[in-house]
Amino acid sequence: MSAQPTAPPKTSEATPLVQTRITDRLANFPWWALFLALLGVLLVYSFATDATYQNIIVYLSAGVRLTIIVTLVAFSFSIIIGLITAFAQMSEGSNIFSVIARNLATLYVQIIRGIPVIVLIFYTALVIIPASINLLNALGDWMVSMGWLAADNALSSLTSRGISFVIRGIIALAINYGAFSAEVFRGGIQSIDKGQLEASNALGLSWFQTMRYVVMPQALRRIMPPLGNDFISMLKESSLVSVLGVGEITQLGKKYSAATFLYPQTYNSVAFLYLSITLILSMGVKYMERRMAVSEET
Amino acid sequence: MLQIENLTKIYDDGTEALTDVSFTVEEGEFLVIIGLSGSGKSPLLRCLNRLGAPTAGRISWNGRDIPAADQSDLREIRREIGMIFQHFNLVKRSTVMTNVLSGRLGYTPPAWSLINRFRKADKERAIRALERVGIPDKADNRADELSGGQQQRVGIARALMQDPKMILADEPVASLDPVLAHSILGNLESINQEDKMTVICSLHFLDLVQRYAPRVIGLRDGVIVFEGDSQDIRQLSDERFKDIYGEEAERLSA
Repeated sequence: MSAQPTAPPKTSEATPLVQTRITDRLANFPWWALFLALLGVLLVYSFATDATYQNIIVYLSAGVRLTIIVTLVAFSFSIIIGLITAFAQMSEGSNIFSVIARNLATLYVQIIRGIPVIVLIFYTALVIIPASINLLNALGDWMVSMGWLAADNALSSLTSRGISFVIRGIIALAINYGAFSAEVFRGGIQSIDKGQLEASNALGLSWFQTMRYVVMPQALRRIMPPLGNDFISMLKESSLVSVLGVGEITQLGKKYSAATFLYPQTYNSVAFLYLSITLILSMGVKYMERRMAVSEET
Repeated sequence: MLQIENLTKIYDDGTEALTDVSFTVEEGEFLVIIGLSGSGKSPLLRCLNRLGAPTAGRISWNGRDIPAADQSDLREIRREIGMIFQHFNLVKRSTVMTNVLSGRLGYTPPAWSLINRFRKADKERAIRALERVGIPDKADNRADELSGGQQQRVGIARALMQDPKMILADEPVASLDPVLAHSILGNLESINQEDKMTVICSLHFLDLVQRYAPRVIGLRDGVIVFEGDSQDIRQLSDERFKDIYGEEAERLSA
């Protein structure tokens, strides 16, 4: 489980053992991390001394902000979508509402899983959003014709142009990741022993109380680490919304290099920025995993 | 009074767990149900608080029709019936206190529990329940730090928090060693005698049955094959024994 190299056996005996200890250490040393650190130092040194790199970083910094905003907002929405979808998928019984909920949720997950993210981004931005706007317009017009709204109401005057591509990109990512986090939630919740549910039923707890006091406190520990990994991969895949012209890191890099022909320097910087964010985040996830693993022990 | 008439339970796959079971339990009785694994003890107890829905038959408890109860009636009935499980079914990583307090949740309005901290009166009640089962010093321990016997006592304390009128114990000592089994059954016995609480308990060790059961019902393949008191159980003939436990069963203790 732990990534730490196992400590060699502690003994104060003869030299051969010491020798093994050193070779062991060398063999288990995380050379990749050293290499990465050196690379980082080299790049940071260039950023500090080289005016070309400084210009690039200044230019890209607006993109960093947007990348983080897009990821955070889209991730929050994907969690909400995922939670609703997970509960819909798990709804049991043969009453009409649970049958519909179950099927809709499964349909959604199956469709999203089978579509490349980039296609989904185009589809959301250029098909779903305009179609939804038309629908809302029609609803507004209908309400005007019924005399419920004035002619210049908010619904009728919505236009597709009014929805920025940043928002469309966020919606697309949220729709995509909602399906994946739904699976994470479902897995976590279903991993709870059935006896726990029986006990809370026997205590006369409502569904909500069962979730709040019994299921969620336990399931969260199994949900958080994979959700953290999803967050990291969403940060990386947020680069795909550059196809919509959203000015996040990748898009700004594309624009800058096209204007200056400084391809190596620009993409060095772009890659460096993503890598440093994801490395920090994955250290956070590792830490979380370890803490949860400790509290998992019985 | 609990009246069970012609209770039948058939699972979806066609397995008949209970067939035409009828008996009556008076208020304050201690009833032990015996039988082999798979004889229907568990489905029977589960029908009583509808953790499993009966296929046919009537269960009436103090005039209330349990199979016909709707969701809100059912919650009300369930919180008046405490249940104790073979595997304790505690929230392992929560403290003993939280586990015991959860026994009170049936009395909390569902929407209220979103923000509600437990009330002081409930906490005092929880301490009393833990004192009752002899582990008040464990209140702040995590449930999984406790031994099996202590965990089962937490289970009993949790059931006591419900202020139940009846306790169902489904193989409460089957995962415990004999010494602990006696102390757990002792707890149940004192609850039954001091509080006049009805207890229905399934067991499969005959020596425990002989020691604790004032009244016994024996199940085999979902049918009642024995009814008697502790006297009858002590004088069980080999023939009657085989009726309950099957041809291949050997008597270990006599």
